[in-house]
Amino acid sequence: MITDNNQCMQASEKEIIEDFSLFDSWEDKYEYIIDLGKKLPALDEKYKLEENQIKGCQSAVWLVAEYRDGRVFFKADSDAVIVKGLVSMLIRVLSGHSPDEIINAKLGFIGEIGMRTHLAQTRSNGLLAMIRQMKNYALVYKTIRTKKTQ
Amino acid sequence: MTVSSPISPVFDVYAIRQAFPILGRMVKDKPLVYLDNAATSQKPLAVIEAISDYYSGYNANIHRGIHTLAEEATGAYEATRHAVKQFIGAASGEQIIFTRGTTEGINLVAYCWGRQNIRAGDQIIISGMEHHSNIVPWQILCEQKNALLKVIPVTEDGELSLTAYQNLLTDQTKLVSIVQVSNALGTVNPVKEMIAAAHQAGALVLVDGAQSAVHLDIDVQDLDCDFFAFSGHKVYGPTGVGVLYGKRALLEDMPVFQGGGEMIKEVTFEHTTYNELPYKYEAGTPNIADTIALKAALDFVNATGKADIRKHEAELLAYATEHLENIPGLTVVGNAKQKAGLVSFVIKGTHPQDIGILLDNLGIAVRTGHHCCQPLMKRFNLPGTVRASFAMYNTKQEVDKLIAGLHKIIKMLL
Ligand SMILES: Cc1ncc(COP(=O)(O)O)c(C=O)c1O
Repeated sequence: MITDNNQCMQASEKEIIEDFSLFDSWEDKYEYIIDLGKKLPALDEKYKLEENQIKGCQSAVWLVAEYRDGRVFFKADSDAVIVKGLVSMLIRVLSGHSPDEIINAKLGFIGEIGMRTHLAQTRSNGLLAMIRQMKNYALVYKTIRTKKTQ
Repeated sequence: MTVSSPISPVFDVYAIRQAFPILGRMVKDKPLVYLDNAATSQKPLAVIEAISDYYSGYNANIHRGIHTLAEEATGAYEATRHAVKQFIGAASGEQIIFTRGTTEGINLVAYCWGRQNIRAGDQIIISGMEHHSNIVPWQILCEQKNALLKVIPVTEDGELSLTAYQNLLTDQTKLVSIVQVSNALGTVNPVKEMIAAAHQAGALVLVDGAQSAVHLDIDVQDLDCDFFAFSGHKVYGPTGVGVLYGKRALLEDMPVFQGGGEMIKEVTFEHTTYNELPYKYEAGTPNIADTIALKAALDFVNATGKADIRKHEAELLAYATEHLENIPGLTVVGNAKQKAGLVSFVIKGTHPQDIGILLDNLGIAVRTGHHCCQPLMKRFNLPGTVRASFAMYNTKQEVDKLIAGLHKIIKMLL
């Protein structure tokens, strides 16, 4: 089961990389990301709380996580559409996986699709902060689960 | 007929660009369009060379050694002080204190002057368009002293409400600390009038000149300000060096800033007497190389001609504003009657950050966000703005690229 999921995480990354390999201009890449951002369903207003907001971003980014049947599910939103598109890809790759898989995810696809600069500019767009927060959630759920089984 | 008097050199922006090595570089395979000058300006070769000349030619600690290198280094360091004195119209070089930048200058006044002179119940006035550097030091001081921080409101056009200012000035007002040119809106505040009004009320005035030093002619004696702070890196000089000017009597009375070498006259374990101005405030080995290179920057500005630079920048600003306003959905934030050097804007249905990311892919560098003025952004109910800020080397063609870029980007985003 877990192995299946792991493969599925890699498969989602591979799909994204393949999608991007079709683009040869920055415009196409960004238009695709913008489109992903627009398509990501808006987060219900009730979740747009200070406590769900990721700090250190120029734009507002909210992340909520839910733990069901041994897996973590993410929802997110942002008032900036490019960040939202990037976040949409993270959700596609990470959501629905076990805490361990999320904690160990390398997310190599970000570099492969030429978006590594967004990881470096941590202060301005917070993609790195977002990844850290997703992994933090996974870690918390893992800890809770381990405690319960003890 | 031969012309004996020096001819004023023609302002040739393309010749000027040649003096800035970085302007030749490519970003994302496109020629760099640098419109983030309010954050920091680029450096002419003369400044870059002044740094390396110092290190490869006469690196030595200053004011102490009696050897040749120390003399040369001291001479160059003090020559910058003299150049700064001229640049801002100070009465003497002793009133020019080298700092790390505007931020340190303001903190120095808050720490040295503020701790001695501010008492419980006193009031300090700042404005609603201050940079965090001119907010936080006063907040800290007010908290420590149980003093009150008052804020001059900003009008819808991005100007300071002068009637509100007059009403804020009272017997309790001890200091007014205001920005001369807003880094977020470009507003030029009428600081001379505001200083006169503060003095009438018996308050001192610090002028944050971080943006104004590069765009306006500064004459601290004519302004009659009590303190004036600016940063070297925004006037084509290096980072890590700035200036605090103060009126002599104030600087003489204020307690010292940091203790250490250079700032002392005599040290015993029982007692230390302090050095005279300006060394009293310059403890430790200063940033010698960058301070020396600051003179090269000021010389470059003077040689280019401040009046010509100002005219050129005003043309760029007017040209950019006119074309920006023609973009559907675009709103210029800050429509003060007097503006200098920059234009801030938002575009309906887009986030400033998205604009910044996409412009970067066109090789165009702008600043997006709150510009270290969060209270001001709150005043306008904005998460931030896009800011294009100009320097002597920017061209109308670059503004055209910005405008074309924005048209393209809006199509992508909307
Ligand atoms: C108006 C204003 N004040 C203060 C500062 C702080 O200057 P520095 O960071 O060089 O100390 C800046 C710099 O952005 C500024 O624009």
